[in-house]
Amino acid sequence: MWTWFHKFASPPHAYRLLGNLAPWFGWPALALILLAAWWGLVKAPADYQQGDAFRILYVHAPSAWMSMFIYVAMAVAAGVGLIWRIKLAHAAAAASAPIGASFTFLALATGSIWGKPMWGTWWVWDARLTSELILLFLYLGYMALRSSFDDPQRADRASAVLAIVGVINVPIIHYSVEWWTTLHQPASVTKLDKPSIAIEMLIPLFIMIVGFQLYYGWAVSRRLRGEILRRERNATWLKEGI
Amino acid sequence: MDLQEFLRMGGYAGYVWTAYGLTAVVLLMNWLGARRCEADEQASARRRSSAD
Amino acid sequence: MQRTAISSAAGLVFRRDLTLAWRRWDEVAQPLIFYVVVTTLFPLATTPDLSQLREISGGVVWVAALLASLLALESLFRSDVEDGTMEQWVLSGQPLGWLLLAKVASHWVLTGLPLVIMSPVVGTALGLPFSAWGTLVLSLLLGTATLSVLGGIGAALTVGVRRGSVLLSLLVLPLAMPLLIFGSRAVGMVMDGDSPAGPLQLLAAIFFLTLSLGPLAMSAAIRISVES
Repeated sequence: MWTWFHKFASPPHAYRLLGNLAPWFGWPALALILLAAWWGLVKAPADYQQGDAFRILYVHAPSAWMSMFIYVAMAVAAGVGLIWRIKLAHAAAAASAPIGASFTFLALATGSIWGKPMWGTWWVWDARLTSELILLFLYLGYMALRSSFDDPQRADRASAVLAIVGVINVPIIHYSVEWWTTLHQPASVTKLDKPSIAIEMLIPLFIMIVGFQLYYGWAVSRRLRGEILRRERNATWLKEGI
Repeated sequence: MDLQEFLRMGGYAGYVWTAYGLTAVVLLMNWLGARRCEADEQASARRRSSAD
Repeated sequence: MQRTAISSAAGLVFRRDLTLAWRRWDEVAQPLIFYVVVTTLFPLATTPDLSQLREISGGVVWVAALLASLLALESLFRSDVEDGTMEQWVLSGQPLGWLLLAKVASHWVLTGLPLVIMSPVVGTALGLPFSAWGTLVLSLLLGTATLSVLGGIGAALTVGVRRGSVLLSLLVLPLAMPLLIFGSRAVGMVMDGDSPAGPLQLLAAIFFLTLSLGPLAMSAAIRISVES
């Protein structure tokens, strides 16, 4: 098993493998995202209270989910890179960060857009949106730290420590923000949550999440290939041509 | 629902379509970004190996 | 060769930093002055009415303490890394975490503790009632100590980076937000007549968690910075 793992972690092999895998992520991702969008916009019935505005859930919630998932994945990859000194893992973390940050931004933007017709303001300090905002700061800090070093090894390892510290903090941040919002609303209801709905209305949500996950798989594979090429600049396997 | 209803989104058209539109934009940009990241590095790797 | 016990090595570090700082007390005074200045900004920006300021006094004191602490943190490891002391420490075979913790502790005594002591004064200027003094001091005691360790991790990561203090703040502030929430809310609760035990206990829990894991992260970060 370890030989397979070490073989995979070797840059030329990973480069090839990711190139083969990418379309297997990409096309299903496209299909599922379009399916989920159609289902959410057309097939699913409008909500009793929120009308058609609640359809925004089908892009907001999956984005929020991906923002969290990618941060954890990034921290795990960074940790693996730090502990076992596997450069590919560091590269995977670096490749994931911008994707995760854009999902976080999307979650915030769609959340804000959803909030306006529902609660009359473009921004609410509710638990989920505030946590997403802090998560965005964590992503931006990670990317800022990475870019402040010329030495790629220091960039990899320092940002790995930061990612691990960050991921340990995330539950603490979530809990504290939840606590903070419930102080003024005894009945803690996350404002931008799904209305009380039937299972059928959740189906497009799950399809979209799977679609986004596959999309992440595709995007990170392509980015990772780019990262590998950049890091392996002077390696012999590359000099012989791709 | 018919096309009219679909586009109007029960009066929330502006919000729903902006949200979905933004999603499309973000997905598109990540798509282009990922492809470009890979392609740029491939191009410079090719340049370097042909220069040797 | 005689191996120095880690406790005496750490003690030496602690005392040496305090002695050095004593000779450059203006560096120590600056965060404190900054603290008072920032606090003054809030009434100027909002209202001189103490009854209104009282509402936000806990929060303002906390934010000012956060910012003043962060200001002081950037230079925590800088001089020791620059003159090679840090490299010696890494190579010395002593448990690096303890040495770094001793440095953080002396830094806190010089920067965090004065803020805590000043806080009732600053708070009163914003209308904070006497009944909230205890909670304010206790919450800031725990909070500034935790922040020193968190900031130590950030400082270790960003040693030598140009304009590192902005980056340091960017990295540490999101991590410090739970501290801010629990600390200032504790003060708010005691002003409302409720018991602040809940948030204070959470602050203590975060402090102990940070104290146990922090030195590990700091020594990893210092090794990365020094070995590059």
